[in-house]
Amino acid sequence: MTQESTSSPGDPGFGPDLAEVFGPSHQDGGPDLVQLLTPEGERVHHPEFDLDFDADEIRGLYRDMVLVRRLDVEATALQRHGELGIWAQLLGQEAAQIGAGRALRPQDHVFPTYREHGVAWCRGIDPLKLLGLFRGVDHGAWDPEEFHFGLYTIVIGAQTLHATGYAMGMQRDGVVGTGDPERDAAVVAHFGDGASSQGDVNEAFIFAASYNAPVVFFCQNNQWAISEPIERQSRIPLYQRALGFGFPGIRVDGNDVLATYAVTRAALQRAREGQGPTFVEAYTYRMGAHTTTDDPTRYRLSDDVERWKLRDPIARVEVYLRRNGLADDAFFETLGEEADELGARLREGCRAMPDPSPLAIFDHVYAEETEELAAQRAGFEAYLESFEGSRR
Amino acid sequence: MSQRITLAKGLNLGLRKAMEDDDKVLLMGEDVGKLGGVFRITDGLQKDFGEDRVIDSPLAESGIVGTAVGLALRGYRPVVEIQFDGFVYPAYDQIVCQVAKMHYRSKGRSPLPMVIRIPFGGGIGAVEHHSESPEAQFAHTPGIKVVACSNPVDGYWMIQQAIASDDPVVFLEPKRQYHADKADLDETATPEPLFTSRVVRSGTDVTVLAYGPTVKTAMHAAEAAATDGRSLEVIDLRTLSPLDMVPVLDSVRRTGRAVVCHEAHVNLGMGAELAARITEECFYALEAPVLRVGGFDTPYPASRIEEDFLPDLDRLLDAVDRAMDF
Repeated sequence: MTQESTSSPGDPGFGPDLAEVFGPSHQDGGPDLVQLLTPEGERVHHPEFDLDFDADEIRGLYRDMVLVRRLDVEATALQRHGELGIWAQLLGQEAAQIGAGRALRPQDHVFPTYREHGVAWCRGIDPLKLLGLFRGVDHGAWDPEEFHFGLYTIVIGAQTLHATGYAMGMQRDGVVGTGDPERDAAVVAHFGDGASSQGDVNEAFIFAASYNAPVVFFCQNNQWAISEPIERQSRIPLYQRALGFGFPGIRVDGNDVLATYAVTRAALQRAREGQGPTFVEAYTYRMGAHTTTDDPTRYRLSDDVERWKLRDPIARVEVYLRRNGLADDAFFETLGEEADELGARLREGCRAMPDPSPLAIFDHVYAEETEELAAQRAGFEAYLESFEGSRR
Repeated sequence: MSQRITLAKGLNLGLRKAMEDDDKVLLMGEDVGKLGGVFRITDGLQKDFGEDRVIDSPLAESGIVGTAVGLALRGYRPVVEIQFDGFVYPAYDQIVCQVAKMHYRSKGRSPLPMVIRIPFGGGIGAVEHHSESPEAQFAHTPGIKVVACSNPVDGYWMIQQAIASDDPVVFLEPKRQYHADKADLDETATPEPLFTSRVVRSGTDVTVLAYGPTVKTAMHAAEAAATDGRSLEVIDLRTLSPLDMVPVLDSVRRTGRAVVCHEAHVNLGMGAELAARITEECFYALEAPVLRVGGFDTPYPASRIEEDFLPDLDRLLDAVDRAMDF
């Protein structure tokens, strides 16, 4: 389904013509796309969002992307070997996530969906904790307040409301707009193009706008909601929806780590200063499947995938670093070794994870446990003990 | 020290006290500010506590509950008002998937001390979606607790206790009782714990189990039965999840008979759970099967015939007769 096929040519018209207002759809993200590094590795400048990156910073962002891609590759392989029940791949979205993740200040707080492995990496969460969730050991073993990174949310878009409420809490705590950069804080809500169709996301936009909450809505438009293309979610470029809710929206090249960093940083700063929400649409592509259970060859053309391969977020930074003499062979070799070490650690660590005790089923249902649940636990415990070699 | 109050006043005073005691307590909902809520339960609170603590929200139930989740994660104790029972369903996903599971999935790292207030039940002559009894939907969900108040004094204490609870609580308020009866409130008294049932009338023949709006129905039935020489024991359950079965089982072991009365649909409702537990625990003490009197298994009807839908004194007494006839 394309935009053209659902419009009605010859319609006498009611209000402004959508194509005239929003322009035609563009495969490359369109003229408003913020970009600082082209797919060919050429540094370009932007009047509003340009930043001076030093070589260390760019090498650091490159390193993050390489390691996170390795995490993704290893996790996908572990799923194929039956070590993970499922894995949500991030292949192709490394720049969107590392750019957004590195733009955070320590006091900012992130509400992720289930694919934010790169952002989790930036927050210092051991990737083995992510694997534990997909292995089925737990629902997420990190402390959201310690890492300022919430637990993965599986229900599409539900976390955007939590993010907005949390941001409202920050307002009440007086950590917004004080002018103290060590104190002022903001929230990032991550979600995808499919989630933009959910009621909760639209309600989050309304609440955030109404209360001027310090929240950045960071949408990774990876073009696909499982098998449903972006055209099935929106007739207009997603970032333009923000205007209808009363706050700015901006589209950034999600495969350009410099641009996603710069734009997210600006949006976060705006939020911290008390100027309210921003919608950032990171225009990217899901190179892999939705999850390891998905088969994208059933619904999309390999031509599209090939075209997006030319916009690889990692390759363009490598070209830039090499061409400008900012990194030598030794750098890339050392990084390759680091990635191998990470891979080996993840493989071993994942396989070594013990299953939880069956009695963990009963843990933490309530802050104040009920007598009836305690009785169920005791009954199940006695039942387990009736077997020899109980794995309790 | 004591004053005569309605349930609406009891809840209002209880909310006020909770807000005075803990500045992390926030109220949120549609029209809760200047208007004081459509039932005036939050009357005057925004004036005294300000717009940052009594928050008029956009008209979006999932948004109200979902942002309250975020506020609770930030360390606040939000109390949200769902305007009417039938409007809670847009927030159902947030309540059962997010509110109920946050503590569990975070291994206790992210407690959600929040209260979801729902005016529930019928008998006020309203249009559809304004008279429903969704308690079983929430009592079936582990991770949230569900309580129902039935009188002004409980309203005052229970709302404060629900707010103080570190678990999320669905707090059901019988809307037709809001402005109906008055009772004496002694604010210096020591309340019973939140998650406990209470025998509100002693008797020897049949145990009647009720909560929220049907407690009054049960008390009327007990008075009427007494004139026929029948002695009904009435228990106000107060807590639906967890259930406090101790007073219930003690009572049924003495009377040998139990009738459950609620406005919600009978099929798979609280009565079904109570009947199952009573049967499991005191099978040999029973002189009759546990009987249920409730709303029919239909959508809530138009208001001109809602009195026929709602369990009343006569239907309850009829069930008592059937129990006695076994």
